[in-house]
Parts: sequence; structure tokens; C-alpha cells
Amino acid sequence: MKMKGARALIKCLNEQGVKVVFGYPGGAVIELYDELLQAKDLIHILVRHEQAAVHAADAYGRVKGEVGVALVTSGPGATNAVTGIASAYCDSIPMVVFTGQVPTKLIGNDAFQEVDIVGITRPVTKHNYLVKRPEDLVPTIREAFYLARSGRPGPVLVDLPKDVIGATINFPETQPIKMRTYRPTYEPHSGQVEKACKMMLKAERPVLYIGGGVINANASEALTELAKKLDIPVTMTLMGLGGFPGSDALSLGMLGMHGTYFANMAVAHSDLLIAVGARFDDRVTGRIDAFAPQAKIIHIDIDPSSISKNVQVDVPIVADCRRALTAMNIWFDKSRDFDQKAVQEQHQVWQKRIKEWKVDHPLVYVEEEGVIKPQFVVRKLHELTGGDAIITTEVGQNQMWAAQFYLFNRPRHFMTSGGLGVMGYGFPAAIGAQIAAPDKTVIDIAGDGSIQMNIQELATAQQYKCPIKIAILNNKYLGMVRQWQELFYDKRYAHTAMDVAPDFVKLAEAYGAVGLRATKPSEVEPVIKEALKTKNTVIMDFVIAREEGVFPMVPAGKATTEMLLV
Amino acid sequence: MKHTISVLLQNKPGVLSRVTGLFSGRGFNIDSLSVAETLEKDVSCLTLVTHGDEAIIEQITKQIHKLIDVIKVTDMVEHDHVEREMVLIRVKAESGSRAEVLRVIDIFRGKVVDVSPKSYVVEVTGSKTKVQAIIDILRPVGVQEIVRSGIIAITRGKKS
Ligand SMILES: Cc1ncc(C[n+]2csc(CCOP(=O)(O)OP(=O)(O)O)c2C)c(N)n1
Ligand SMILES: [Mg+2]
Repeated sequence: MKMKGARALIKCLNEQGVKVVFGYPGGAVIELYDELLQAKDLIHILVRHEQAAVHAADAYGRVKGEVGVALVTSGPGATNAVTGIASAYCDSIPMVVFTGQVPTKLIGNDAFQEVDIVGITRPVTKHNYLVKRPEDLVPTIREAFYLARSGRPGPVLVDLPKDVIGATINFPETQPIKMRTYRPTYEPHSGQVEKACKMMLKAERPVLYIGGGVINANASEALTELAKKLDIPVTMTLMGLGGFPGSDALSLGMLGMHGTYFANMAVAHSDLLIAVGARFDDRVTGRIDAFAPQAKIIHIDIDPSSISKNVQVDVPIVADCRRALTAMNIWFDKSRDFDQKAVQEQHQVWQKRIKEWKVDHPLVYVEEEGVIKPQFVVRKLHELTGGDAIITTEVGQNQMWAAQFYLFNRPRHFMTSGGLGVMGYGFPAAIGAQIAAPDKTVIDIAGDGSIQMNIQELATAQQYKCPIKIAILNNKYLGMVRQWQELFYDKRYAHTAMDVAPDFVKLAEAYGAVGLRATKPSEVEPVIKEALKTKNTVIMDFVIAREEGVFPMVPAGKATTEMLLV
Repeated sequence: MKHTISVLLQNKPGVLSRVTGLFSGRGFNIDSLSVAETLEKDVSCLTLVTHGDEAIIEQITKQIHKLIDVIKVTDMVEHDHVEREMVLIRVKAESGSRAEVLRVIDIFRGKVVDVSPKSYVVEVTGSKTKVQAIIDILRPVGVQEIVRSGIIAITRGKKS
């Protein structure tokens, strides 16, 4: 079948099951946009900044468990997308980004709106392509989707010269993708599984440490089964939140720099650490030689290069997390050496110790008469949404309070820019999430600084009638940086005060959204209730205790046991 | 410790920069690098010499392997192999020293590949130490310029 490149691309998207594209037009992709106008099974969401298109595609993909798709023009369109791509790369989010490019004969000529986006994004994509020949277009797109979603997922960029989109091509039949150079390992090695299981049987102080890989692999159920079967406490990274029910008695909450006291203590005293889809990031480990010093380490990960990168691992299992955990569950079910009662007894002292840590230093904050505490706002949001909302966050204190105080019981309900920590992620991500799940309550827990980084998306939210709730925890500071300045720079608040800011209530109104403000604790609940009732985008401006800090805190470079507490 | 790593990769535009970008981005060292095509037209072989402790070398091989265009990564340290480097040396060779230079070249089983009234261009192949040795020996005579190929390596055939 002969057709134009632009149409072939759209046909490819249909073939891949893509329903939504987030994008922004320009000269290099005008032909593609013309074609999009006629595409019936494809919705295009017009954002107001290309970075937002990518963040929205990121969250859309996370909520759906699919590949998110963004489309931007050449030059500035492409460079604007880079932060979003880098964030998705750090968080292993499946995504395909299409960028327009100048016609092939102009490439390398410093043509108008030409940048070498393949060169620029090489270190922040799983892979990228410049399609130079029209006949390569369709096979490349198919390969791009395959790469994005398989193995360790990640963003893949496809750069499309204008003449390639405009050329007439023969649409090739689908063929199973076979790549000579790329064959991810999904099945765990049975010998390694057995070795790991035997270690788990012997352990007296085991801890499961889970990350975003559990969510990516849809491994929550298998993980939960294993934790309960073996009576093993579970701690989660920022990316792993929701991978295990946060309200379960076995949950230790988040670990690391702003993790709970009991999670960090448990890891530090464990004799067996079972890492699943997590990568021993420095925000998790603190001083590396003091991380889980007594523990043997089992590490399940789809990416062999994650294993023994930061911490030497005793039993590596390169596999899809779900398959590896399922194999373990089966092993225990069949094993004659496994006796649940005996295991529970074996862990009794350990569980008691953990309980004591939980009692001694629970996750708390200090109430203050007349001022709104941000943690209180997050708890209220949890309570009034029944813990069922999709939460996105910006970056900074707001992100950590959200992670600490909104207990996530299910996967794919928490979207945050974990690895890169992009201020401005939360709001566009909320748009992507809302479009993926129109019936869900979607809340962006935001900071007053971050929200201004993609505030223009209020127009997008309005255009597509996204009833997103933005909860600004407004401390009039770049709060997280201020906290470091308070603790480590003698309170020299260099350029972290956000004294000049828009009136967020009026700003919401200017866009046709609704603005609400709470300045006293008693106003928090009514404001949230009002917002949840409103079928429009709402900004809730919570004027909070200005110098509230996030605790516990492990100062950078310190051992995770050296926590600063409330 | 020094490692010679051999990488088979798909011969596609930009693939070399994927490898070198990985090294600069992750702070790995490249001591030498050489690339050329193999028996298969669309496959290149890249030989690089790097150094680092075990953990770093493990990361290097894993990270290279992770590149989508890479077919195979071999750390030559784990295999019985042969390594060679080639050097081209332009050395001063005037009436007084010509014979002396020729003698040295002969000892190293090198070749004179260009002759001009005042200099020779000499070609020598061998291990890195041998290549270094002839450079050092010729230096007092007057080495004007050298170009080294970087190491290439191949595994030996099976003994039986
Ligand atoms: C794009 C970007 N620029 C700078 C930073 C560094 N940074 C991290 S947290 C933070 C402060 C965020 O302020 P705000 O959004 O008000 O959140 P708060 O910490 O006050 O809750 C800054 C500047 C970042 N993470 N991202
Ligand atoms: Mg702030």
C-alpha cells in the first residue's frame, strides 16, 4: 500500500495501540499535523510547552502501563523536550518521542531550526534514530516502540526529517521484531532463584527493598505474596511507592535520605537485603560503605548493568521482576523446607525490634497553633480522597511530604520525577494522568516554586477539561534548598525566597480555573472538599508554615543511620 | 589494571559516538581506540584499551553491552589472545646515521616505507612494549613524528 510518510507514521501509531499523542506543532512537522487532523483513532493533546508534552506522555504511560508518545517540532521544539526525555530516562519510563527535523539535504548545514537532537539526546535516551531514508520510517518506528517497552523500559527518540515525512512510501507488512544486538533476559536463572530462596529461608533479619522496577514489571502482586508468605518487611524507594501497600503492617514506608527512621534502621541492621527493581541510588544508600553493612544482598533486576554497580551483590538475578518473584513464590510453595510458622518464629525478634523502632520514631510532625503544616494537608488529602487519588508531585519538600504522608496502596498511583528531580514535572504529569484515567481524582502536590515552571499548562488543562487539583504547599520559598541552607549554610538563604509570586487564586481564575486559598488549619478541609466537588481545574493555595523542614533527613554523604529527626 | 576490550558493533552512523560518549559521560578512561570493518560489511570491530579496577571494568563491559547497536563485548583478559600495535615513525636519517637506523629497524623487524634525503618513514608492528622500545631507541637519532594505530587484538585459535 502506497502512502505518504506522515500517514504511515499515524498508521504505525494505530498499529502500536497508541490512542493519545501529546505534542506541539511547528514547520518541520506541519505535514504530520495535517495528517493528524484526519486521524480518527488518535487524540492529540496540544500542550503549551514541549517539556510538558513529554512529562504528560511520561505520566500517561505510567498510569496506563503503556508507551507514552510525544511529538514536537525540530530545533527549539526538540530542545524543549530534552528535560522531559531525561527525566523519563532516569525513571525508566517507556516512551517514544518524535521530533521534526530539517529536510535530509539540509542536515548538517546549520539550517533554520536545525539541531542535532540525536546527538543531544544520546545520553538520555535508551536509543535514538535519525530516519534518513523513507523506506526505513516504518521499521524504525516499530523498533522504537519495541525498545521503549521491552527490557528495562526507557524513552526512545525518532528524528524525522521533513522530506521523509513527505515522501511516498510503501507501507510494509508487520513482521516480528528480531534484533541481533538486543535480547533482554526475562526468565530468571533457576539456580540463582533457588540460591536466593535458600538464603531467605535462613535469614533472621530480612528486608525487601523495592523500586520502580516492581511497578514497571507489574510485579506488585507477586511481591506482596512473597512478602506475606515469608513474613518480610518491605521498604520502598520513591519510585517504588505503591509497589507494596503502604498501609500494610509489613510496610516500612520509604527509605533513604527522607525515608522513615524504621526503614533506614531496618536496612542498616538487616542480615539479608532483597533488592527488587531498585538501583542503590545515592539518595537511598547514603554513605555507601555504611549501607546494610551486615547484609547479604540478593538483587533482582532486568538490567545487568544495574547489578553490582554501586554495591557488591551476593546473588544477582537478571530477570523481569514479576517472573523472578513468581518463580520464588513457586519455589517456596513446593519446598519441603519452607514452613511459614517456623519462618515467622525465626523473625519474631526482628519484627519486634522493627515495631519498637516504629513506636520510638514514627513518621511525625509537630502541630502548631494557627499555622498550616504541609504534612497535615497531605494527610487530609489522603483522608478525603480515600487514599485512592492519583498523586503527581513537583520537586522539593512538597514531593517528599507527598511521598511520606500520602500512603500509597496501589501501583501506578504516584508519579514523580524521581531520578532527575524536575521541578515542573507534576502539573503536566497530572494532565497526562488525567487523560489516561478520566474518572480518577488527580492531584498535583506542588511547591510554589515548581508550579511556576509549567504553570502555562493551565490552558491545556482547561482546553481538555481536566479537573486536576493542584495543591500548592506554599512556603514562599524554594523550600528544599532553603532547608539545606538552614542546616548546612548557617541559614544564609541565598536566593531561595520566593517573595514575589503571582496570586495563585487570581491566576487560576485568569485561566478559567478555580482558585481557593487556605491560611488556617481549619480552612484546609473545607478547601479540599470544595476542590474535590468542583468539576474544573482547581488551584488550592495552602499557605503553610514557611520554614517547615522535611524529616527524617540523612545529610548527604552520611550513613543512613545518622538521621536528623523532627 | 589495563584491559583490552573488543567490541563488535553494527556499522551505523553515530555508533562510535555512542561508545565514546559513554566513556566520557561515565568518566571511564580510554587509552587507545581503533575501529574498522570486519568480514561482515555491516559489522565493525572496535578495540579499546582502558584501565580501572575490577568493578569499573565490569561496569564498562556491561554498559557497552547495553548499547543497542552493540553485538558482542569481549574482555581480552579473559581469553588467550594476540595483541598488536603498529607505529609509523619519521626518523632523521642523514648520511652519518642512515646505516645505524637501518640496523635498528632490522633488529625490530621493521620496514622502511618511505625514503627521502634526510629521513626515513619506518613501519613497525608488535606488542605495545616493542613499539615503545623502538621509539625509545630511535629517539636519540632524531624522531621527527610518530603515529600509532592503537592496539588491535584477536583471540587465538583453539589448541586442539
Ligand atoms: C528544574 C529544576 N531546577 C532546580 C532544581 C533544584 N531544586 C530542587 S528543590 C528546589 C526548590 C523547590 O521549591 P518549591 O517548588 O517551592 O518546593 P518546596 O521545596 O518549597 O516544597 C529547587 C530549586 C530542580 N530540582 N529542578
Ligand atoms: Mg516552596
